[in-house]
Amino acid sequence: MSRLRTWLAAWLAAALMLAACAPAAPAPTPTSAGPVQILRLATTTSTADTGLLDAILPVFEAAYNAQVDVVAVGTGQAIELGTNGDADVLLVHARSREDKFVADGDGINRLDVMYNDFIIVGPADDPAGISGLATAKEALAAIAAAEATFVSRGDDSGTNTKEKSLWASAGITPTAENTWYEAIGQGMGETLTFSNERLGYTLTDRGTWLAQQANLPNLAVMVGGASVAENGDKALLNPYGVIPVNPEKHPGVAFDLATQFANWITSVETQQLISDYGQDKFGQSLFYPSSAAWKAAHP
Amino acid sequence: MLGPLFPIISLSLYVSGVALLLAGAAGIPLGAALALRPFPGRRLVELLIYTGMGLPPVVVGLLVYLLLSRAGPLGPLGLLFTPPAMVIAQTILVLPIIAALCRQSVEDAWVEYEEQLRSLGAEGLRAAFTLVWDIRFSLVTAVLAGLGRALAEVGAVIIVGGNIDGVTRVMTTTIALETSKGDLPLALSLGFVLIALIVALNAAAHLIKEAAQRRYG
Repeated sequence: MSRLRTWLAAWLAAALMLAACAPAAPAPTPTSAGPVQILRLATTTSTADTGLLDAILPVFEAAYNAQVDVVAVGTGQAIELGTNGDADVLLVHARSREDKFVADGDGINRLDVMYNDFIIVGPADDPAGISGLATAKEALAAIAAAEATFVSRGDDSGTNTKEKSLWASAGITPTAENTWYEAIGQGMGETLTFSNERLGYTLTDRGTWLAQQANLPNLAVMVGGASVAENGDKALLNPYGVIPVNPEKHPGVAFDLATQFANWITSVETQQLISDYGQDKFGQSLFYPSSAAWKAAHP
Repeated sequence: MLGPLFPIISLSLYVSGVALLLAGAAGIPLGAALALRPFPGRRLVELLIYTGMGLPPVVVGLLVYLLLSRAGPLGPLGLLFTPPAMVIAQTILVLPIIAALCRQSVEDAWVEYEEQLRSLGAEGLRAAFTLVWDIRFSLVTAVLAGLGRALAEVGAVIIVGGNIDGVTRVMTTTIALETSKGDLPLALSLGFVLIALIVALNAAAHLIKEAAQRRYG
């Protein structure tokens, strides 16, 4: 009897001890420069899936004694996180929604960071005959006319926002009733894999495409050319912005660190890192720097 | 090859392990109470527990997310996107299983031993402790079953954890991520590790039960 009580007491003690330790265990270890500050960055799947953040964040973490926790979700959810104060800083690519985010008072001091472009990829046999068309508008119209399979992110992301605006510019509104239009509600990597399997067309940012091309043998670039320089369609431009979350509306966010991050990512040195990323692996940049500081240094 | 997987595997075991300890600490007494002591609202609690066993993990994840978000009631605790949030979600998922299995085992044991316990003058809490101790091997099996469920679920932890690299990334969420990126070999390796773990847990449960039966009849 007392054996059982001891046993149960030990169990409870172990549970409570471990539960109390839980926040400490995976927490960052303090360095001689003081405790590591945590910055929660809400960003898009496209920036995360390309590996860009894995490449450049360690520089920030070392320089500022910080740990950047990257939550990679669609732009829609990233903005929602910022609106709830669950993230300290956003790195997203849907300009109209970014502007609304700032106008609503949830974010302040938005800065340009980088850009790449969107392209339309599709199956090599090109059933809709869009290969080499100059604009996405024409290509989407052709795809709708041919009722060729088109895969949509369908997840309220920056890419999805761009896709919807492109359909709108072609005067088309695909819905679930169009069986050739498949909205899967997932990230860019998943959408590309899905398109590869289903032999469908899809809109993707060039960065993710280049990063995953090796895993997508059935797809090829249809509209947008082989590099940003070759892409003639201005509507396919894809600019990214960094926005610290407003501490007045959301007390408790790491605003100082978020501001340091925004300044760091737009600094000329980091912009150079961004420009260099992908050169050795893909023969071209995945992202092009576009911050004010960069433009001033490279008129 | 296992090197980079090690933190992911250990975090999975950590989160699910702590969830199991908490679920056991709460679920075993709850199960015993349900079996032995009629109290007002008992039927409702029973219904909740049996419903809880079938709760979709992703829905639990969503509810815990709403609870822990800064915009939510427990926001000031700052728990969203941390391992404790994952522990909370998994505890909620596993608690009904432990409580239900414990309740069943205690009830069966009570039916068997009621007369003896009464004749020995054991009542209330003493009887409860005796019964729980008696069925301890079945409880271990229940806990291992709960641990298997916790280790295997992805819906809840990905929502409340955010799948942050190095912080809240566990085996199941890594498999989901690597599959989405098309890195199938890595996803498969982790899948095999996960399956091997669950097989080992089930084998352990089996062996414990057999050993108990051999020793105690």
